[in-house]
Amino acid sequence: MTTMTMVQALNAALRAEMKRDKNVILLGEDVGKDGGVFRVTEGLWQEFGDDRVIDTPLSESGIVGTSVGLALAGFKPVAEIQFMGFDYPAFDQIISHVSRIRNRSRGRYTCPLVVRMPSGGGIKALEHHSESTEALYLQVPGVKVVMPATPSDAKGLLAAAIRDPDPVIFCEPKKLYRSIKEDVRDDDYIVPIGKARLAREGKDVSLITWGAMVHVCLEAAEKLQQQNVNAEVIDLRTLSPFDFEAIVMSVRKTNRAVIVQEGQRSCGVGAEIAALLAEKNIADLAAPIVRVAGWDIIYPLAKLENYYLPDATRVMKAVAKVMGW
Amino acid sequence: MKKTLVTFKVDYLQILNEKGDVDSKLMPKLANEDIRKMYRMMVLSRLFNDKMLKLQRQGRLGTLASLKGQEAAQIGSAYALQPMDMMFPSFREHGVYLARGLSMSGLLVGMAGDERGQRVPDGSQNFMMSVPVGTHPLHATGYAWGMKMRKKNVATITYFGDGATSEGDFHEAMNFAGTFQAPVVFFNQNNQWAISVPRSRQTHAQTTAQKAIAYGFDGIQVDGNDVFAVYKATKDALDKARKGGGPTFIEAYTYRMDDHTTADASARYRDQKEVDAWAKKDPIDRLRKYMEKKKLWSKKDEEKLLADCTMQIEAAVAEAEKIPPPDPMEMFTSMYAEPTPLLKDEMDELRGR
Repeated sequence: MTTMTMVQALNAALRAEMKRDKNVILLGEDVGKDGGVFRVTEGLWQEFGDDRVIDTPLSESGIVGTSVGLALAGFKPVAEIQFMGFDYPAFDQIISHVSRIRNRSRGRYTCPLVVRMPSGGGIKALEHHSESTEALYLQVPGVKVVMPATPSDAKGLLAAAIRDPDPVIFCEPKKLYRSIKEDVRDDDYIVPIGKARLAREGKDVSLITWGAMVHVCLEAAEKLQQQNVNAEVIDLRTLSPFDFEAIVMSVRKTNRAVIVQEGQRSCGVGAEIAALLAEKNIADLAAPIVRVAGWDIIYPLAKLENYYLPDATRVMKAVAKVMGW
Repeated sequence: MKKTLVTFKVDYLQILNEKGDVDSKLMPKLANEDIRKMYRMMVLSRLFNDKMLKLQRQGRLGTLASLKGQEAAQIGSAYALQPMDMMFPSFREHGVYLARGLSMSGLLVGMAGDERGQRVPDGSQNFMMSVPVGTHPLHATGYAWGMKMRKKNVATITYFGDGATSEGDFHEAMNFAGTFQAPVVFFNQNNQWAISVPRSRQTHAQTTAQKAIAYGFDGIQVDGNDVFAVYKATKDALDKARKGGGPTFIEAYTYRMDDHTTADASARYRDQKEVDAWAKKDPIDRLRKYMEKKKLWSKKDEEKLLADCTMQIEAAVAEAEKIPPPDPMEMFTSMYAEPTPLLKDEMDELRGR
């Protein structure tokens, strides 16, 4: 065990995977000598050289589009998009090609690559540097989408993503990069894609969440305990395909569901979870499903950021609503 | 101080002119049988294309982009490839596919709206057609770059039209290819029209070939209706790529004789006189004239070829149409290596459980 931040855990996963499989290569803007603007790839260029840790032109579609060709050539590209807010030039490659290659070739060709991108807000960044648009990728059949909330999960999920036979969009909540530390296993392990984590056991209400909001929900759960409300927190970890079974198991026990997401409410991941619960498990529910989410607005600049991001107070209000039904 | 930092030149290459005469100084080394093979493949491509257009009108195939007029560009370049070279087409390259050994029946299955026809046979180094314009040169660049990193003696080619040269991804592909000296050949079939928009509305540049200059490598314009010029330029570019010389851009200056696709009506936007003028530059007529002059080809050869092609095409159509429709579950089973729980539920729903 080593105490690590999420940045260190991601770095450890990349290093271990590059040692395990010589086909794993990293490419992106500033990932080489500089070690990435968040230092996730720190030291890897020095260790593995210019052929495996590759600074590219400033060209998101170029990074992902050439990664497609590299994947077809048998490499396992791990592409870094510097911020999630800059992934849109590459979105066409992901939706038009990356996601479709296995299907439209009926399995003759596959596109096993990983696109890493720092996601979400809470660090008082510039415009376009705080978005949490993971829901866009849930409309893209053929890719998987993951978002860890802890250093341990970051390491295990990144290893799983790199070993996955299909393309994975790997969202890294940048708010969590250095704000939490925990003991991370030093050995080789993966966190399976598609499996949620029970972050806190409870019996009164299910808080269903992912990414940075896991920690907001845990804070809310502690405060709710003082009001004798015992909240369960489900950390989805994978958003596509998400672990609906884990959600159902929790809701069957608590009969109440609050979904907490950082991205905007409308047509977000929470909307799909709520719709599925309503379709399949309405009889398990004793109260309406409530979503706590970012507002349906342009992500505000730093001065108003705290009004945008869901916090423990908003989560507690939502819980009060479902408990009082 | 003021000085000139960079000047550039773009060469033009024509070997076989419209009368069927060659510039013997420029003529590439080709055995007579190679020339006949190329001719046969050009004729087969045109006849197969015409048959597909007929099948489309009968509702037996989906929307189709005709290659008529571009046979020299496609067959000449494809013949320069080695089997292990990789090919990334756009959506008009059935001539390239045939020259690369793909079966007509397989192509017909795909064109009829069945993904199984898009499955390139194992071992065949050809990618699927790319419908989004100008986005696939990046894949070719990435693949070529990968081959370079693996120190494989393999070159990669990608085909795209004049419209594609206006797309951002095309430029990103050129930029990566130049920067990393990827062994890739950008083969631009400049057929003068992107649906209804003429080449002059894609760029103010005099040639598309000169776009390569900005990315640090050579571009050449060839007479795209001259199979020898196309073959030579492509072979030189592929050889250069394999020797570590990096990418090359080839502009094959040609013409789309038919509508953009079967869903288009080109009489709405272009002058018949222009089409007629290009008909005189026909790539197949030109090569036949040359072969006749050189006594490589007789009337009897021509008759036999047409009969052989027709027979092969009819057999391919019969074979393709014999294949039973796909199992609807195949829509789901190739989405991921393993279907997700959601897809399993949806498969059950479709099965009517």
